[in-house]
Amino acid sequence: MSENSPPQDAAVEIDGLDKWYGDFHVLRDINLVVGKGERIVVCGPSGSGKSTLIRCINGLEEHQHGRLVVNGIELRRDPAAIDKVRRNVGMVFQHFNLFSHLTVLENCTLAPMHVRKLPKAEAEDLARRYLARVRLAEQVNKYPAQLSGGEQQRVAIARALCMSPSIMLFDEPTSALDPEMVTEVLDTIVGLAEDGMTMVCVTHEMGFARQVADRVVFMDDGEIVEIDRPEAFFTAPRHERTKLFLSRILR
Amino acid sequence: MSALAERPRFAARIDPLRRLFASPASVLLTIGCLALLVWVLPDLLRFFVFDAVWTANDGLACRAPGAGACWAFVAHKLPYFTYGAYPLAQRWRVDIVFGIGAALLGWVLIPRAPARKFGGGLLLLVYPIFAFVLLEGAPALGLVRVSSDLWGGILATFVVAAFGIFVSLPFGILLALGRRSNLPVLRLASIAFIEFMRGVPMIAVLFMAATMLPLFLPGWLTPDRLLPPLVGVALFASAYMAEVVRGGLQALPKGQSEAAQALGLRFWARQRLVILPQALRLVIPAIANTVIGLFKDTTLVATVGIFDFLRSVDSARLDPHWAGPTITTTAYSFAAIFYFVCCFGMSRYSYYLESRWHP
Repeated sequence: MSENSPPQDAAVEIDGLDKWYGDFHVLRDINLVVGKGERIVVCGPSGSGKSTLIRCINGLEEHQHGRLVVNGIELRRDPAAIDKVRRNVGMVFQHFNLFSHLTVLENCTLAPMHVRKLPKAEAEDLARRYLARVRLAEQVNKYPAQLSGGEQQRVAIARALCMSPSIMLFDEPTSALDPEMVTEVLDTIVGLAEDGMTMVCVTHEMGFARQVADRVVFMDDGEIVEIDRPEAFFTAPRHERTKLFLSRILR
Repeated sequence: MSALAERPRFAARIDPLRRLFASPASVLLTIGCLALLVWVLPDLLRFFVFDAVWTANDGLACRAPGAGACWAFVAHKLPYFTYGAYPLAQRWRVDIVFGIGAALLGWVLIPRAPARKFGGGLLLLVYPIFAFVLLEGAPALGLVRVSSDLWGGILATFVVAAFGIFVSLPFGILLALGRRSNLPVLRLASIAFIEFMRGVPMIAVLFMAATMLPLFLPGWLTPDRLLPPLVGVALFASAYMAEVVRGGLQALPKGQSEAAQALGLRFWARQRLVILPQALRLVIPAIANTVIGLFKDTTLVATVGIFDFLRSVDSARLDPHWAGPTITTTAYSFAAIFYFVCCFGMSRYSYYLESRWHP
């Protein structure tokens, strides 16, 4: 399967991964290699396991079987390995998950100060730089509740970037947004992609997938059904399930 | 008034007089309440203010027919109510402990005060040791030893309450985290402790502490009378605090913890920086409830022989010099006022904190 062949250098290697919630087999024999600098879009019907898959990549979910290597570190139950992986993997959630008791600036400086042990002034400089990049330089002293959904999600992106991750995971970053705010968030992510960030993005924004994805992964019932370049994926899907999904989502 | 004119629909809500007589039921209630006030208030004022005896050297004036509350008795007994049996010559030590405690508390409780963290450190780490040494005495420092058997009155009440709050907050937080832990041993131990403490009356806990604590201590260390109830109250309050804190932890969306995890914060950093600041704020009213309950529950230490404030009021009432028909009412009224002022203060402070964080 040439489409699935990894670029020379792997950022994430997933090899025969299985996961169960009790008796429920959420992820079945997942094999995927994400190259450095590669942009992967994961799509599929709800309940197909796509969120669970990217949550495995930074150890928010445990897998029971198979190998998962991120930046050369194998994720096992070992907390030290999980810490190391998280140090270099940023994540953006569907519901932003900003810390509501902290200002925008404090949200962004918290981890740099307490994980990377940067001095406060340095962490604030860094945070202001990334907040300016997501066009929120004016809002640094506001609390999350004072921002719109789109602004909150951009803060969440800046917060993740402040840890200088080498990989970014996006878990349906625009699904909880009002339609008019989707573009501002997607533009931010596109900007990141243009700078060569490795990213794995779960999303239903097919226009976005076409624009930035190097490969599109389609999941259904906990398995990867199809992996392809976006042109091929959207114009000539090979599997019936993919066709059905696309016919429902592209209208 | 112009606002009223512009919004006539809300006039009834704004004008309190009109609201009091808005409907037949309101009229009835209003008149009923007024009648109650007219019936009760004059007698209360007469007894507690106008006919009260403010100065006297013994109970004679208070025994006069028609005399009201005997405040002179309270004034005369105030040192006893404050220090209990603490030796007269050493009471300055208590005054210093009270004074510094009040100053530190003010420093820490006023949100705009400078260097509050430093103040908090002093209050939580240095002050308890300082207060203990000064109250208990240290012959090496030239301070006569005052056995805690002699501590009484407000001093005993404050020591028990402060120790209870000081221990129950952190210990309650640990128990709440333990109860939610993934480690079965930790979870079961926390559940067992909490359920046992909640399932037993506080008096039983106090008696158990008094009889069982000596068994756990080495033979040469005989605990004085105050230590067991201190431990008992603190453990009892911890169980309640744990459930309050757990409520806050449960109310916090899971995403907060996940976001902190994804940023690489480890367990304790996550709890300290992200989870607890939010969870505790959510349950400020319930924490205040527990603290106020704890403060009033300290009166139960009297059952194991501690002369706390209420017990000293209760015993002072029997002084034959002051015996009289109004003494009991006066004494208990004073006790009620004392507890009310303390608890109302805590209640107001908790409202203030709430309004600060939930504008």
